[in-house]
Amino acid sequence: MTEYLVRFLVGGVVVSAFAMLGDVIRPKSFAGLFGAAPSVALATLGIAIYQHGTGYAALQSQTMMAGAIALAVYCVVVCQLLVRAGLRALPATMISLVVWLLVAFGLFAFAGGQG
Amino acid sequence: MTPVRFSPSSLKEGRWYEYLIRFALGGGATVFTGLISSRYGASIGGLFLALPAIFCASATLIEKHEIRRKREAGLDGTRRGREAAALDAAGAALGALGMLTFAAVFWLAAESSTPAAFIGASLAWLVVSMAAWYGRRKMRSARTADKAGGSAVSRSRRG
Repeated sequence: MTEYLVRFLVGGVVVSAFAMLGDVIRPKSFAGLFGAAPSVALATLGIAIYQHGTGYAALQSQTMMAGAIALAVYCVVVCQLLVRAGLRALPATMISLVVWLLVAFGLFAFAGGQG
Repeated sequence: MTPVRFSPSSLKEGRWYEYLIRFALGGGATVFTGLISSRYGASIGGLFLALPAIFCASATLIEKHEIRRKREAGLDGTRRGREAAALDAAGAALGALGMLTFAAVFWLAAESSTPAAFIGASLAWLVVSMAAWYGRRKMRSARTADKAGGSAVSRSRRG
């Protein structure tokens, strides 16, 4: 229970810090870089090293690469849905999560990954 | 080319509950990743380190703020809000390249030195994201200049 409370607090602080940094930076396209900041990764990998060691965190960061490629595809799809399909931000970002899941797990399977 | 600048007054546009939501989402995403890792293993958990859970909230807030700003000026703001969220998404796509580099550097350095892995990976994220952003801006300005030059030449030929 304590572990998850620590995860929640550390994750909340790191994510909020990056999000606020994105809020105060202009132009908006540059601030968008902070929308893909490795905030959850920084919090999680730190806890992973403390709990399970560096090998575990290295394995997590290895498959994180597939997640990051999926994130790039996801952002492009969100952009297209907003500009071309004229969807609002919430439906566009939620629908595109399917794309993220498909690309992330597709790359994971393609690389022959095992859980 | 628009210079990068700080606009601390933008923080005043946010409501307290919006910051609370982002804190809860960030904490929730970190707990969720931990649960996935302990249930399905480190490999599957690693995928979720790049889950765009926070991005959904950020894009929605950016759209909301832009609409609010335009409505205060007596305009509809829906289209402008969508455009602002799309710009954020375009920036995040470039940031994702930085995140890919972050993961690669961390993976390579984690077993030799933990501080080096964190510092090196974070710097790699920053450098690659910024380089990708500047590269895109340069390409866009070059394209715009080409278009302007092309239309000037055709105008002078016609004249």
